Formats: sequence, C-alpha cells, structure tokens
Amino acid sequence: MNQETWAETVNRKIRARENAAHKPLFTFSLQYDPAKKGGGWWVPLLSIASALLLCAMFIWANGMNPFTVYAKMAKGAFGSSFGISETLVKAIPLLLCGLGVAVAYRISVWNIGAEGQLIAGAIAATAVTVYWPDLPGALYIPVMVAAGIAAGAVWGLLTALPRTYFGVNELITSLMLNYVALLLLDYFVFGPWRDPEGFNFPGTPIFSLDQQLMTFSGTRLHYGLIFALAAVVLFSLLYSKSRWGYEMKLLGANPLAAKYAGISVNRHILLVMLISGGLAGLAGMSEVSGVSHRLMYGISPGYGYTAIIVAWLAKLNPWWMIVTSLFVGGLIVGGYSVQTIGLPSSMSLMLQGAILICLIGGEMLGKYRLVRRGGSGK
Amino acid sequence: MDFYVFLIIAAISSGTPLLFAVLGGILSERSGVIFLGAEGTMLIGAVVSCLTFVQTNNLLLATLAALAAAGGMGLLHAFLCVTLRANQTVCGLALTLFGTGLSAYLGKPVAGQALAVAVPRIKLPWLESIPFAGRILSNLDVFVWLSFALVMLLYLYMYKTSWGLHLRAVGDNPATSDVMGLSVSVTRYIHVVACSMLMGLAGSYLIMVYSPNWIEGMTSGRGWIAVALIILAAWNPLYALGGAYLFGGLDALGFRMQLMDIGIPSYFLKMLPYVVTILVLMAVGWRNRNKPSVEPKALGIPYMREQRF
Repeated sequence: MNQETWAETVNRKIRARENAAHKPLFTFSLQYDPAKKGGGWWVPLLSIASALLLCAMFIWANGMNPFTVYAKMAKGAFGSSFGISETLVKAIPLLLCGLGVAVAYRISVWNIGAEGQLIAGAIAATAVTVYWPDLPGALYIPVMVAAGIAAGAVWGLLTALPRTYFGVNELITSLMLNYVALLLLDYFVFGPWRDPEGFNFPGTPIFSLDQQLMTFSGTRLHYGLIFALAAVVLFSLLYSKSRWGYEMKLLGANPLAAKYAGISVNRHILLVMLISGGLAGLAGMSEVSGVSHRLMYGISPGYGYTAIIVAWLAKLNPWWMIVTSLFVGGLIVGGYSVQTIGLPSSMSLMLQGAILICLIGGEMLGKYRLVRRGGSGK
Repeated sequence: MDFYVFLIIAAISSGTPLLFAVLGGILSERSGVIFLGAEGTMLIGAVVSCLTFVQTNNLLLATLAALAAAGGMGLLHAFLCVTLRANQTVCGLALTLFGTGLSAYLGKPVAGQALAVAVPRIKLPWLESIPFAGRILSNLDVFVWLSFALVMLLYLYMYKTSWGLHLRAVGDNPATSDVMGLSVSVTRYIHVVACSMLMGLAGSYLIMVYSPNWIEGMTSGRGWIAVALIILAAWNPLYALGGAYLFGGLDALGFRMQLMDIGIPSYFLKMLPYVVTILVLMAVGWRNRNKPSVEPKALGIPYMREQRF
C-alpha cells in the first residue's frame, strides 16, 4: 500500500469538500440575465391569472366560493349594456390618469399624486360654475376644461418644484398633496359650496345643462371619452415624432448619457409633472361635469391610485392602456356588483394590488433563463 | 400646565406608531432596500391585530399575529426586490395597494366595532414623584416604553456592534461586502422582514391603543409620513425619536385646536402634518444642498454579483 503524504491527504480532503459544496441540488437552475427582455404579451395575462388565484385563496378562506364571486364580478362589469357603459365611464378617468402617470414613469418620476391632481381639477372646474354663474352657455365647457387642466398642472407643479429645487422625493410630496386635496374637497363640499337645498348632502348644487358634458344618447357615457382617446393619440404622436419625445426616450433609457448630451433633467421633470397633472385634472373635470354633474364628497374612488395599475399593466404603452383601462374599469364595476352578495367593494382594490405584485414578479421572472448546471463552462 | 401635560401625552401617543414605522424603515433602507409598503403593511398589522383580539381577547396574541402577518408582507417584498431584483418603488406601491385592499376586505366584519382593550401602563412610584415629567411618564403604556427601548437597542445595534457595521456596509457598498464574505441577500432579507414587522407593530399600536376600532384605511397616510421621516431622521434611530414626536405633536395640536374652535376650519388643521412634512423635507433638502448625502449609497439598487459599475 502506498503511504499518502500529509500534503496529499489535505489536498484530497479539500477537493472532497469542494465537490460536496458544489454538488448541485437540481440539475437545472434559473439564471438571471439582465440583457433579456422581460417576457412578452403573456406576462400580463399570466400575472392576472395568478393574482386571481391568489385572491381566490383569500375568498375561499373566508368561506365564499371564488368562482361564484368572479363570475358575479365579470357579469356585473361586462354582462349587460348597463354594465358595459358603466365600465366605459370608469375607464375614462383611469385612461386619462394612467396616461398622466405613464408620462412621468417613463423618466422615473414617481408621481403617485394623480388622485390629488384629479381632485384639484374637479374643484377648479366647479369653481368656474360657482363664481361665474352668468357665462354664455357655450363657453362653459371650454373654460371648465381649461380650469381643470390648469389646476391639475399646478398641483403637479407643487410636486415638481420641491423635487427640482430642493431635492425632495416626489413620491412623498405627491402623496402628501393627495391628502391635502382630499381635505380641500371636504372643506368645499361640507362648507361654503354645499347645496343649501340639498338636505345636508355634502355636494354642490347640480350643474346647469350648459355646464354638463354631453352624453351618448340614453347612457351615462359622456364625451370625456373623446378627450381620453384624443389624449392617447396626441401622446403617442408627440412621443414618436417630436424632439420632446426623443429627449424623453433618451432620459428614460440612460439619464446620465442624456445629461451629458445637454438635456436638462429638471426641465423635463417640470414638464412631465405639468402634463401628468394636467391630464389628471382633465379627468377630474370630466368626472364632475360628465358623471356626477356636481362636486361631491368622495368624487374619486381612488382613480389616481388605480391608474398606476392601468399604466403598469400596459407597460406604459398608451395604446395598450385603452385595453387595460377597460379591464380595470370592469374590475371596479365588478367590485360594486359583489356588494349584493355581501362582499366589500374593496375586493377590487385587493385584486388590483395582487395583479400589480404578480406583474412585477412576472416581469422579473421573465428575465431569468433556465440553464443546465455544470453543462458548459468548467 | 395641564394643557401641556395632556398635549405631550397626546403627542407621544400619536407619535409612537410613526416611531415604530420609522425605525423599521431605517433598518430596511440601511440595508439598501426601499420599503414603500409602509401604509399597506401598517393596515395589515392593524386589521390582523383587531381580528385576533376579537377572537381571543388577548393583547399579546393580537400583537404577535400582527407581527407575523406584517412579516409576511416583508418577505414578499424581499422576495420580489432582493431575489427577483424588481423595481423597489413600484413593488412597495403594489404592496400598499394590496395591503389597503386586503385589510378592508378582512376587516369588513369588524368595521366600526369598538374594542375593549386594556393596555397595561407601567407605574413606578419614584417616577411619579418627578415634578413635571413624572405626570407624563406615569401615563405611558407598555408600547411606548417598548419604543424607547427599541430606539436605544437599534442605535446600539447599528453603531456599536459588528452586525450593525455589516448592515451599514451592505447598504453602502454591497459589492465590497460580498467580497468580504457577507451575504447581501441574507442581510437584506432579515432587515426587510424586521422592518415590516415593526410596521406591523405600528399598525397594532394604532388599533390597540390609539383608536380602538377598525375603520377602512385608518392609517390615513401615516405610513407615508413615516417614509418621509426616515429622510428627516438621516437614517439614525436616535433622530427618529425627535421626528416622530414632532409629527405626533402636530397631529395632537391640530386636534386640540379643533376643540378650542379658533375659527380655522378643521379641514385646514388636519392638513398640518401633510403640509409640514413637505416643508420640513424642503428645508432639509435646502440645508444639505452642498453636503454629501448621508443616504445609504446603494439604496434602491438591486445587487447583482456580476454587474459592472
């Protein structure tokens, strides 16, 4: 028998330990590849499916049959002509706000203040009707649209200025301003603007016909739809054809390179927040003038937050946002319809959050490759 | 005199949930992960705490359940942001939406139901004998004392132990920490989960002590104020104490002024904490405009071993 030298013994032991450490548990593993594009059209679909599954677990644990609940929601949203028109009505502010936040998100400006900007727009549009009761009838809608857009843009600017001049994180500012706008709304509808003949209902008097957006015959669907679609077309045209769009693309892809190319980041942040706020303000105007015909308590059931999901589901693409706003609008209407079987309408909020979580996870999972361990390389 | 005693007690009482949440946020951000799910996690903590209390009538169990549920949220965030390297901002936003929705759904059966919670207060004879402070100190509950202890413990942990050094190293330079043999992922997982558990505790305090009945969205922005306070506290647990009580004080003062009826509509008084948050952040930003940032340098950047910088 050959006697092993001590050095050989140590080497053998080290090698044995190394082999043991590197023995793969599975022969296949997921490997991260940052260059890979995060999946295709199937990612949103799969994430919606898994979110439905996730929430089904909660519903089931609560003693309900998830299929009944989902069927009820789907039927409520798309099952009747009334449901469809309601879904469309909800999709209008979602599409406008979604476009707004998407503009900002494209250059990583995290505006979550669409809710406050929407409310600011709604208040300003109402202010026109309160303070100028004698305007010529045909002027009302254009003036209200301008007021709504301007107020939303100013509210957006309140977020942008602290960011550009004081370096304050826009996430926090925009969210704080949501609460401020909400309290301002409460002040007006419970205070000076409350309808004296409204039996204490927290809202202004109903607008006159000149102050209301026209509706498509026989439904609650109003001409705000045209604003929203026009905004989609305008946005995609500007984005693909203008100098602004080019600079935005550069900023979105590589902010450092854009800075060296002489593009002012601050100017773009201001511009983006003006546009973002303006679109949300327009949504607020179309809500008061087209749907509720008055400013009232709780004018927005969280459209500004839901719009984030609309934008993200569409991967910030304006055309896809038409589809996703309809889907999410349907989710909201469906949420109302499950109230009849004793479930809270916040069901839809839970679903929305779950969809967003699954979507983010799915997008990142799409960046992984299935590789065989130890096949190539060493 | 009485006015100030009650005002300070009210300030501490409404500052404590903020303090728990800020301490959590500091832990997570020091490891390099932004946790924006504060609002949703606090709500989940509150609703789970409430549901457990209704079932068991046990304060300790209710708090532990809140910690566990909130820890689950943190685990989800860590999985998405550390393992899958997703965008931390969007992910936190998603958690907040999900938490808000889920808490409203879970809390529906107990909404508006008043809870009969008796939170034990610590009474020490020698404390009460201190002239002014004694009256305040003898009116504090166990949660508040726990928060004092946590501030000290976290300060010692972060600045006086090697683990704390590792934590700060991972948040400032994960690549170097990795080379040194620290596991970036494990450090981040631990601290994100700890962060969310503290936020769950904040939610639990809100429902068990601050206003003991469940209302949808009862945190009303406190989670987001906590996120802002992390910046104000310069990622240091000791400063968090001051920030949290400043905002607790504003909240309490607004409420007192409503009662005194000084002619300003209550809606504007309620805006105070939100507006002051923005103003304070602007002041901090202006003061630090020429200074190097104290923010953890790898904050918000997912770590990838092979990535070039």
